[in-house]
Amino acid sequence: MSVNAAHRVDLDVVAAFIGEGSRVLDVGCGDGALLELLTKEKKVDGRGVELSQSGVNASVGRGLSVIQGDADTDLVHYPDRSFDYVVLTQTLQATRNPRMVLTHLLRIGERAIVSFPNFGYWRMRFYLLFRGRMPITKELPFTWYDTPNIHFCTIRDFVALCDEIGATVEEAAALDGSGQKIGLSMPWWFWNLFGQQAVFVLKR
Amino acid sequence: MNSLERKLPHDEANHPSSLVAEFDRETPLALDAGVELAPFRIAYQTYGTLNAERTNAILVCHALTGDQHVANRHPVTGKPGWWEVLIGPGKIIDTERFFVICPNVIGGCLGSTGPASINPETGRVYGLDLPVVTIRDMVRAQAMLVDRLGIDRLFCVVGGSMGGMQVLQWASSYPDRVFCALPIATGARHSSQNIAFHEVGRQAVMADPDWCGGNYIEEGRRPEKGLAVARMAAHITYLSESALHRKFGRNLQDRAKPTFGFDADFQIESYLRHQGMTFVERFDANSYLYMTRAMDYFDLAADHGGVLGEAFRGSKTRFCLVSFTSDWLFPTEESRRVVHALNAAGASVSFVEIETDKGHDAFLLDEPEMFAAIGGFLRSAAQAAGLEDGARP
Repeated sequence: MSVNAAHRVDLDVVAAFIGEGSRVLDVGCGDGALLELLTKEKKVDGRGVELSQSGVNASVGRGLSVIQGDADTDLVHYPDRSFDYVVLTQTLQATRNPRMVLTHLLRIGERAIVSFPNFGYWRMRFYLLFRGRMPITKELPFTWYDTPNIHFCTIRDFVALCDEIGATVEEAAALDGSGQKIGLSMPWWFWNLFGQQAVFVLKR
Repeated sequence: MNSLERKLPHDEANHPSSLVAEFDRETPLALDAGVELAPFRIAYQTYGTLNAERTNAILVCHALTGDQHVANRHPVTGKPGWWEVLIGPGKIIDTERFFVICPNVIGGCLGSTGPASINPETGRVYGLDLPVVTIRDMVRAQAMLVDRLGIDRLFCVVGGSMGGMQVLQWASSYPDRVFCALPIATGARHSSQNIAFHEVGRQAVMADPDWCGGNYIEEGRRPEKGLAVARMAAHITYLSESALHRKFGRNLQDRAKPTFGFDADFQIESYLRHQGMTFVERFDANSYLYMTRAMDYFDLAADHGGVLGEAFRGSKTRFCLVSFTSDWLFPTEESRRVVHALNAAGASVSFVEIETDKGHDAFLLDEPEMFAAIGGFLRSAAQAAGLEDGARP
């Protein structure tokens, strides 16, 4: 799913959280870029699920174990604790039922790693405040009526959802507009304002 | 070519233009029907060379009306092999790297023991005296052939439709002997609708007076009309509505207007009649009954307490399933069931659905997306199996 046209700086951040030789399920794996990175650099046993046929074909062509499927409907078929990490990069906001998807991720994996664009990013707020229209940015170039991204949230929204479903935030990172990590000592409101993307490592 | 044209299907059944592995009374084939078949034989073709480590073998399983002539000229029809688009020197399944084995299934009619074979007990053609065989029986026999060839583990087992059923059965019955599996346009069971179509075909064969209660070879007759009708009905299920319409529309055959009779006015009628007529030249009617029955009986989940995942429990085999959007014989949903079961079993699985309007038969055709997926899958599997350089004999 190409729902974010930005250079995927979040992939490196996600990869850094993943242990060598672990079992990884990448939900919404696109053309398999992350899985290939993880297979090569971290020697993981990687699997992927991808909605688009072109993404699946590209992934399988790269020699990855990827199946055509939908995060909203197919995660139910995976057994509990069958992976060390279940990864969902830039896909949560495109699911019909993010809460259910997140619950499944935490059931299937020992840990879930989720990255998403932060709608609380200051540029988004400015766009809405001054133009009064739904933001269209380089990273999220879609109009409101023609976008795969149907469930945007802010970092604070996401943390609230984690609390609601009883997920523990083990680690988190926010990336600013230039792809740099925001200092760990900064408070949530700062992350929520200056983080363009967020990456969370969750545990049930 | 005249000698080819005169050749009847049951000539190939007893004198195949193939390699033959004979299994004597000491090595019977235990059938699901509860009886043993012995002696029996398997006719097979091979391409390429087995490497010194015996690790580069690919077993190709043929479909309902296929045979072992997967990548060579057919001895009866003179046509190219049925999967030459995929298999050959330098092709996706490269016979310069891999040792490709394609056996005729048990119950078939191109040289492996089937209803058109001579029963050594009686010296007469088996006909319906041959026990009904199943997909599992076919695979059991293939495993005996693979043993005979001195191969412990196949690098890959690949096949479409009924061949795909055999691939799934192989992976389930002999998980340690299959490094990677490529079931294409198939399912883990035959659906009620598919059984229904097969029954129409069987009834057409058996309604032909020349079928003679299955004894037609002994009687010197051939139920060509019945078998042709069976093929015509089945052929429709291999295509899709949109492909038929694109190809034939409502076009008339060599005429400007309808004849107000029952000739083949429409091109589609003429096409189907041709399909029926050419089919009976190369296929045995009783074998058609046995093959369709084997597919009908196939239900991998039923063999495992109704839980398909159990069929693949602990499997280390790497799977890649392929389905086609316009295949209504084995719709994508059937492949997806297998994928979910493999996921539940924790197996390594890829699944590609190919966008095409060519229906079930797409697996036999030039489908670049399918080739790309199969090529990528085999490449990475070969790497994982340590075949990167070792494959070249």
